[in-house]
Amino acid sequence: MKTDLSPRIKVIVYGLMTVLLIPFVFPTWWMVTSSVKPISDIFAFPPDIFPRRFDFSTYGRVFELQPFAQQYWNSAYIAALVTAGTMMFSSMAGYAFARIRFPFANTLFMIVLIGLLIPAEVTIVPLFQMFLGWGMINTHWPLVLIPIFGAPSVFATFVMRQFFIALPKELEEAARVDGLGRFKIFWTIALPLARPALGAVAIFTFLHSWNLYLEPIVFLSSPENFTLPQALTQFTDAYGGALWNVQLAAATMTALPVLIVFIIAQRQFVEGLAHSGLKG
Amino acid sequence: MTVAAPPSTRKARKRPFWTMERRDSLAGYLFIAPQMIGITIFVLIPLALVFWYSLHEWNVLAQTFRFQGLANYQTLLSDPGLPQVLGATTIFSIGLVIFNMSLALLLAVLLDQKLKGITLYRTLFFSPVVVSLVAWTIVWGFLLQNNGGINALLASVGIEGPNWLRHPTTAMISVIVVQVFKNVGLNMVLFLAALQGVPRELYEAARVDGTPAFRQFTRITLPMISPTVLLTSIITIVGSLQVFAQIAVLTQGGPGMSTTVLVYYLYQQAFQFHKFGYGATLSIVLFLIVAILTFVQWQMRRKLVFYED
Repeated sequence: MKTDLSPRIKVIVYGLMTVLLIPFVFPTWWMVTSSVKPISDIFAFPPDIFPRRFDFSTYGRVFELQPFAQQYWNSAYIAALVTAGTMMFSSMAGYAFARIRFPFANTLFMIVLIGLLIPAEVTIVPLFQMFLGWGMINTHWPLVLIPIFGAPSVFATFVMRQFFIALPKELEEAARVDGLGRFKIFWTIALPLARPALGAVAIFTFLHSWNLYLEPIVFLSSPENFTLPQALTQFTDAYGGALWNVQLAAATMTALPVLIVFIIAQRQFVEGLAHSGLKG
Repeated sequence: MTVAAPPSTRKARKRPFWTMERRDSLAGYLFIAPQMIGITIFVLIPLALVFWYSLHEWNVLAQTFRFQGLANYQTLLSDPGLPQVLGATTIFSIGLVIFNMSLALLLAVLLDQKLKGITLYRTLFFSPVVVSLVAWTIVWGFLLQNNGGINALLASVGIEGPNWLRHPTTAMISVIVVQVFKNVGLNMVLFLAALQGVPRELYEAARVDGTPAFRQFTRITLPMISPTVLLTSIITIVGSLQVFAQIAVLTQGGPGMSTTVLVYYLYQQAFQFHKFGYGATLSIVLFLIVAILTFVQWQMRRKLVFYED
């Protein structure tokens, strides 16, 4: 409904949006600012929206209490592997289901779609047992393998298939006449065109892996193997009470880099997701 | 969204070389092979095993693993915790979907206006989506403490706030709200894309006819974006059934069992109380709920959705 609004309505829309913005923006602001306040100030009343005094020592404490750098690396490389693997396998499968004619293609695609109904939460008990049998408990294998082939990758395959179906097939016809093989066509023609869909797949796969929580706490037991989400909850005192300032400093370090990348690339980010074939 | 239908645009090309077709079939299988093998190992076999395990008494600590037929399902039916867990799951999911969808729609309509700086608003509303889930939850946990930021803000306007995470009702509201603000940006963006896809001529025609704005919304906008609404509602409901981290970090299922949703209960039974057999039985319940909901919504698509691509 893109009409020019009257000035009065404009004021109302701006006002409404600004009020609605508070619960979306304030928590992040509060996380960052509280993490640099001295511990005595973080529960101050009335609350300081802007810190009055600064104390950056909590950031050092994060690295003293846990192998936080190692944990950061764990999360980053696992997310990178999961993202790369999912992009590879889901675009290949999505391409084949959209473009290549082979017997039982539809039946096989329905079987793949069943995966959407089976999040890892449903199969976590047998998955634990399987990885136990392979001696992969307290390793990162489950955190890499389960997402690459589980429900998130099925979703990615679906998105890629929708994209390739919509792609004009004339682009490939010429190459086929020239005798190019399927893999060459996929790699040099179809895949480069699929960049928007791949971007969307990359974003939600990365975020999915970055946020995983159930799998790490089920499969990992030693702090040097932990991923960030799991590590964040471990900054507690001897009685299990939260060390709020340390937790918030670690949370800030976890959240801020991704947030900054997002703000720089927000246009591609948001529009990529919106036009990824998700809208039906 | 067309799922089962084969790509219908494909014209049967007349190429007499059967080797070409054969090569194509082989290529097709090779392309899907990694994913099919992966899904078989990490999804389908585990699903079969869940059924098999649910027929066993299996206590990891006591190292018992013995076939006992449907005994776990009898335990399930007489489990005094189950009604509470299913109740909490239902309240959580319904509350979440209603709040999420209506807020997403409101934000999308606001962001669809021609205004300066609207991109900045869109970016900020979307930003929690990219904030680490547990980091987001920890900050809200901090804000929701009895002496935390929210009650301090309330106190500054003379309201005494409750101890949010320590009362059943406010704890449930808290976990729903925290989750909605985290992820509503996704649905918002999808709705926004759908709104921008509605042909402008429809509104112009309605305006010529003198149709009031609200009627335009219910008679044009909503029907036109109904496929998106349906798809996002499926994703949101199925997603809401998987919520785990937020519960584990904010309330640990409490106070009492008031926020113990099915996945959290499953985790407790299997990995805290080491009852793998019963955990597998609860997994079956979760699987059935997800499958039934998806099926029902898929069927509704035929009746409710106004148009399809």
